[in-house]
Amino acid sequence: MSKPLNRRLFLTGTLGSAAAVALAACGGGEEEPTVAEVDTADFPEGSTMAALAEAGTLTIGTKFDQPLFGQAGPDGNPVGFDVEIGKIIAGALGIAAGDIKWSETVSANREPFIENGQVDIVVATYTINDTRKEVVDFAGPYYEAGQALMVLIDNEDITGEDSLAGKKVASVEGSTPAQYILDNHPDSELVSFDTYSNCVTALINGQVDVVTTDNVILAGFVAADEENLKLVNDGETFTTEPYGVGLAKGDDDFRTFLNDTLQAAYDDGTWAKAWEDTAGVVLPTPEPPAIDRY
Amino acid sequence: MSSTSGPVLYDVAGPDEKKRERRISIVLGVVLVALAGGLIALFARNGVFDDRWRVLVDVPPNFAGFETMHVWQAIFRGLGNTLLAAVIALPLAALLAVVLVSLRASPFLPVRWLVMAITEVFRGLPVVLVMFFGILVLPGATPLIAVVFGLVLYNAAVFAEILRAGIAALPKGQTEAAESLGMRPFLIYRDIQLPQAVRMMLPSLIAQGVVLVKDSSLGYIVGYAELLRSVSRVSDALTNAQYLLPLLTVGAAVYIALNISLSRVAVWVQRRSSFARKAPTRITEAPPLP
Amino acid sequence: MDTFLIERDMLWTAFSTTLTLAAISGAISLVLGTLIAALRVSPYAPLRALATAYTEFLRNTPLTIVFFFYVFVTPSMGFTFDYKVAAVIALSCYTSAFVAEAVRSGINSVTVGQAEAARSLGMSFSQNLSIVVLPQAFRTAIPPLISVFIALVKNTSVAGAFGVFELFALSKRLTNVYSADVIAILVGVALCYLLLCIPLGQLAGHLERKVAFAR
Repeated sequence: MSKPLNRRLFLTGTLGSAAAVALAACGGGEEEPTVAEVDTADFPEGSTMAALAEAGTLTIGTKFDQPLFGQAGPDGNPVGFDVEIGKIIAGALGIAAGDIKWSETVSANREPFIENGQVDIVVATYTINDTRKEVVDFAGPYYEAGQALMVLIDNEDITGEDSLAGKKVASVEGSTPAQYILDNHPDSELVSFDTYSNCVTALINGQVDVVTTDNVILAGFVAADEENLKLVNDGETFTTEPYGVGLAKGDDDFRTFLNDTLQAAYDDGTWAKAWEDTAGVVLPTPEPPAIDRY
Repeated sequence: MSSTSGPVLYDVAGPDEKKRERRISIVLGVVLVALAGGLIALFARNGVFDDRWRVLVDVPPNFAGFETMHVWQAIFRGLGNTLLAAVIALPLAALLAVVLVSLRASPFLPVRWLVMAITEVFRGLPVVLVMFFGILVLPGATPLIAVVFGLVLYNAAVFAEILRAGIAALPKGQTEAAESLGMRPFLIYRDIQLPQAVRMMLPSLIAQGVVLVKDSSLGYIVGYAELLRSVSRVSDALTNAQYLLPLLTVGAAVYIALNISLSRVAVWVQRRSSFARKAPTRITEAPPLP
Repeated sequence: MDTFLIERDMLWTAFSTTLTLAAISGAISLVLGTLIAALRVSPYAPLRALATAYTEFLRNTPLTIVFFFYVFVTPSMGFTFDYKVAAVIALSCYTSAFVAEAVRSGINSVTVGQAEAARSLGMSFSQNLSIVVLPQAFRTAIPPLISVFIALVKNTSVAGAFGVFELFALSKRLTNVYSADVIAILVGVALCYLLLCIPLGQLAGHLERKVAFAR
């Protein structure tokens, strides 16, 4: 009945210790992205940028439970690639990393958070899609992920999305991967928890058969526990998930500004550095995706 | 209270019976201790007492850069947020309840109906659903506001019911005397009925306060970083579900300590007020609700 | 409200899961809670202590923690439950503490003379309790017990965050898919809960008045 639980604390090998050092470092915030010397007058009067720069603070919605992208660090603030992107954007507005207010967004409340103005932007492994574009706008994408499957290391019978029939599939309620399972694999049983870490715990406990979400999120969990977890087919993806920065619908000036900021980060290498400091410790550095200025 | 019902159900024991009772008690005690011991041994075999408890005193080096200090900071930050939500919600709920009850005495039938409907509806809804409504619909609602929103609406409805029951239990003479002095209904409510009802129902009101403190943990579900969420974030960051046991044990202990001291206050208040004056009617203390 | 027409199968699944959860946990907690109440008034100190510790512990712990414990913690202690079973266990344990308190207050309300008369007939503790006191205690305890079950119906919503697809989880899923229809969806789900809770509340109030007149 009892399954040996050995989720390793230490990542084994050189990769692991590099990861530990790098993540500890970015948690400590020693190397913050540069903050631009910004004058409010640089921005068009009445624009969102001017208002934010004037206020000197930016509220960003992100996840607190996703290794490599956004996870609560020792001081309670999140660390990860999404967080670094948020800092780059804040920097371009002349706002220091310390003046950012981080707000935890769970999958189901990202659109309402933007619509109701609880947050200024959302950087939270947030897939750009048409349904969401009806209520919010997106800058980016700043990264392109894809949905994949994760199982226990000794699992042989799940070989891809075609073998999900009759299986208990865990994901987070309100996320795109959960919706994909509902729409495309109605013969499997979707079990939804409210955080990915709870999904992983349920997988290790044997309460579910497989966890599905974006490959990069799963890669973070596998990296932290290589003894027990593995990606199905080396992380084969079956969807494309472009991550965007969510903002209020119709704020085109702000969207252009965000897109310009991301483009500048691609060009001057800050984007690549942000990746290498966070997700890059376990994943290869990709080419930045082309920005979609729709 | 068990002392009032206990001895009634069986004879007060004579010397022989007392000895027998003591023997049985000892045997039962030994059996219970043995059972507990067996359970502990089983747990020990399953590794419950392994080094996972170190997370509370000496966190092993880890992926996320957590140190022992950070774990306790997270616990206290969470406790602070739990108390913050409770401390904001409690007076607001009390205030709203007083308003609701006063409107219930309104001479206008539609107002009374409306108030009745509001209390019935919010007593019948899961608090977490109201919180969820808050976070999705209220403009500009932070998780804290959503949590307070849910706690206030539900508890105001319950407080209002308790106060109404208290007022209904007051002797008619109180109101009649006030009326004969020419007091208006609102004054009667404010100066005569409400103070006595609050005093009489104080234990029940405090018991409901315990419920409010406990319900603040539902903030976990809408993303408010209260004690439970704060603690589970630590175990998430340490990517080890084993740490949930020690961390949740601390969380549960904090809640139990908090709530038992609140309940003690309730008992103390009740004793104090029953010494001060006899309640006009016999109030059987309502059993607590989940 | 069109959303519910489109997703009526899903609504039915969620509604019946809420009902099933409440019914099964309600039945288990009634039995367990009565047993705990009986232990609490028994002549043997160790049993009383056990029952007191059980009720005090569960009454003062938030349900969310109880859920966390049975869903995510017990597996690391060597006991793994299916997530639906874990939800039933969590709800039953938590609710049984309140059932025990309600039954105990019922026992306290039975006039002393009843138990004394039973004793003078030579009845033992267990006869006294099961034949004379408990049947009368339940009569008084029924209104508070109904209130406990109303709370149970509402508390099943916590299971929605722990894998079980019931009404609250439904509201999370639908508000995400039909984000233009959020208020209608939440109001619809609220109506489902009220459909269960308000009649129960009326019943409790009615019985309370009846019991009050009967004495």
